[in-house]
Amino acid sequence: MADMALDYGVEVARRTDAPNSAASELRCRGVWSVRTIAALERALAEVDWPAGELTVDGAGLSALDTSGAWLLHRTLAQRRAHGAVVRLQGFKPEFTALLQLLSARGIALQPPLAPAPSWLAQAGRQATSALRGFWHYLAFVGESTLALLGALRHPGRLRWRPILRNVQIAGVDALPITGLLSFLMGIVIAYQGADQLQRFGANIFVVDLVALAMLRELSPLLTAIIIAGRSGSAYTAQIGTMKVTEEIDALRTIGVGAQDLLVLPKVIALIIVLPLLTVYTDVMGVAGGMVMANLKLGVGYSAFIDRLDEAVQLSSYWTGLAKAPVFALIVALVGCHRGFQVGGSADSVGAQTTVSVVQSIFLVIVTDALFSIVFLWLDL
Amino acid sequence: MNAPGQDANDAVIDVRGVQTRFGDAVVHDGVDLRVRAGEVFALVGGSGSGKSTLLREIIALQQPSAGSIRVFGHEVVGLGDERALPLRRRWGVMFERAALFSALTVAENVAMVLNEHTELPPRLVSEIAAVKIALTGLPPEAGAKYPSELSGGMRKRAALARALALDPELLFLDEPTAGLDPQSASGIDELVRSLSEGLRLTIMMVTHDLDLLWHTAHRVAVLGHGRIVGLGTMAELAQSDDDTVRQYFHGPRGRAALEQAWKTK
Repeated sequence: MADMALDYGVEVARRTDAPNSAASELRCRGVWSVRTIAALERALAEVDWPAGELTVDGAGLSALDTSGAWLLHRTLAQRRAHGAVVRLQGFKPEFTALLQLLSARGIALQPPLAPAPSWLAQAGRQATSALRGFWHYLAFVGESTLALLGALRHPGRLRWRPILRNVQIAGVDALPITGLLSFLMGIVIAYQGADQLQRFGANIFVVDLVALAMLRELSPLLTAIIIAGRSGSAYTAQIGTMKVTEEIDALRTIGVGAQDLLVLPKVIALIIVLPLLTVYTDVMGVAGGMVMANLKLGVGYSAFIDRLDEAVQLSSYWTGLAKAPVFALIVALVGCHRGFQVGGSADSVGAQTTVSVVQSIFLVIVTDALFSIVFLWLDL
Repeated sequence: MNAPGQDANDAVIDVRGVQTRFGDAVVHDGVDLRVRAGEVFALVGGSGSGKSTLLREIIALQQPSAGSIRVFGHEVVGLGDERALPLRRRWGVMFERAALFSALTVAENVAMVLNEHTELPPRLVSEIAAVKIALTGLPPEAGAKYPSELSGGMRKRAALARALALDPELLFLDEPTAGLDPQSASGIDELVRSLSEGLRLTIMMVTHDLDLLWHTAHRVAVLGHGRIVGLGTMAELAQSDDDTVRQYFHGPRGRAALEQAWKTK
């Protein structure tokens, strides 16, 4: 690159023509530009500045841009602050004009630094922002509930087209991935259990293991987590981007509630879709277990299905399925709410999407634990 | 206003025979223009006349279908990103919608360019960022703000500060006053003039703003029907008898700007 060839320099000399020795001269040479000022700054920092009058000679200067001019301006201003009398000579008129432009702007020599807040202030700020976030979330849940109640009172006003579209995207399109993962999960459980069961000669109980684990716990949980990652994040990103581009404001001015158009269809669609997907992953998970039981434990398909009838009570099936709409509500509401929390930047879309997925998976697992406790009390 | 650099050889931008087609639609059908060093050159034309496309072709973001575009004497058509880099360091671009990085403050937006292309110590970087911000007429506090906290006019100025970060020789402005109120727009007028005179930049802009044209442009090219239909100073174009040019300058708004311009002279 051309950088190598750039000639630049600075030197300070005592003026020989002034015998009273209080005068010195700063000679600038070559190119003072954004490419050379790093080295020039180092050179200037090493100068042992003589006191008294300072003459700056710019005759050897071949190029000067705003960055170079700034370095010179700053150096001279510092000299003046130390009591030196500075005179410029030999500068080309355009260089003088540039230096004057900078001094006319009155730019502070130290760039303004934002003072770092104390840890107490930071802690306070974070606490209030967390509280405010919780408050916003409550308000959002309230608004959504009102919108939902309104829609239930006037079902004709529900927007079926976006609901069906969301059913398609969040449900039908998710069939391959949820099916595959729950099938594999069934295989893994059967495989892990096989060794233990074989030791006791209790091969047939692999059916109880797979069916109960899948139906009661894993299949609703797994499906909700996949949907949180797949659809919850998409909701946040979509609403967040619409917020950045002011589309949400546009909706409001047209008189369409963002709740009605964006949130309700997603919530309703997920409440429809997640239980259906859970039934589907139940089947796929048990099928996975069945394949493994046949291969590893020699439990035939018909024996497996016969045992299934005894092992699984209807309540096990329902307790699993009952969680699905609750998980759907969590994933959809958190996803949409996070979208509305996006501030004006692209970065904020990414940050809120991350928060959305983490928060909804966290809440889904916590809720699942609560369900377990409640079901234990109810003796289900 | 005197246009500096009358010599045809010192063309900073040299566009010859550029054709651009999108499918069947012909946007440019042989565009020729030359921008001289040190002048403020404006490209005007109706909506859809291909002004912004031509600008994007000159700054090597888009490829014309045929023709040659030379900037600083280097062919930019067919130039890869790698080889365009040394050229891109010599020009600055201000985009129509500012295109500031929304995750960074204004000062960080400017500093980022410096950090990418130079090895300046952090303190010097933040000082120079502050200088650029001051040069565009923004108050010092603006540096610590995020683009979303700024008004439209301030955002344009911040975008200009970023475009000026590396002290370019050539500055491209895409609709510098679009979406601004008249007062902010006339602030931009002043700014363009002071940059052209104070930093001796060559400026090429695309604009609709007739006031900006009267106040700043040394020469103006009118794009219509895929080619340059008028070229000259504003006073010369106002006398033109080409239909497209007449429509452009003698519409109701054109006349108002014209009268205003004569009055101030």
